[in-house]
Amino acid sequence: MALSIPRTLLEQLRQHGEETYPHECCGVLVGEFDPTGGKAVQAVVPCGNTRTDSPQNRYLIDPSELVRIQREALLTGRDIVGFYHSHPDHPAQWSATDLAEAHWTGCSYVITSVEKGRAVLTNSFQLQDREEAKHFKDEVVEVDN
Amino acid sequence: MPIKILIPTPLRPYAGSKSIIEVNAQTVGEALGDLVTRHPDLRKHLFSEDGKLRSFVNVYLNDEDIRYLSKDATPVKETDTISIVPSVAGGR
Repeated sequence: MALSIPRTLLEQLRQHGEETYPHECCGVLVGEFDPTGGKAVQAVVPCGNTRTDSPQNRYLIDPSELVRIQREALLTGRDIVGFYHSHPDHPAQWSATDLAEAHWTGCSYVITSVEKGRAVLTNSFQLQDREEAKHFKDEVVEVDN
Repeated sequence: MPIKILIPTPLRPYAGSKSIIEVNAQTVGEALGDLVTRHPDLRKHLFSEDGKLRSFVNVYLNDEDIRYLSKDATPVKETDTISIVPSVAGGR
């Protein structure tokens, strides 16, 4: 299983993290699931971080944005395949908060570390299993040129 | 009346792999009730043991959060769409 993403879209989400630094950015990955469980990203949808109380280390996507994105994706035969956010001056690894707040089993959670305003590393993790036993699994990111 | 419910990716394994399910209802509560009657495996993923929506599950009628309408008692029209979206949040 892997997350396939065009280089231009990967750069778009990494740049989003630089633009919002020192705050966390966030957004939605729209695309398609393949029968083997892999995902192909076809669009990156930047969202606002509504955690204005602590945007430097927390993010929250307004559910109304998710509703709109999910509806438009389904109407065009696509799907929400994952989400992304940044970790300002922190490694591109999921945190306990990331896991506790993750509820989209089967989807990718892409994290970019942004050090001193520059995007450094981007990793992806797939959320697995039911809510009570959920966990992240490292996921290969295949970048298409 | 028939009304559409959009099912998010993580709940589809419990909903016959469908992304859109049509139910019969006059209110949002009836719609969700009909949904879990048709797909019983969905119930524990949507509702806690006390029958309330799980804290991370958002339900929208078109573009409005039902918590700011009349919750379960919110009336629905045939042209309405109900969306279920688990929350997306986190941080380092």
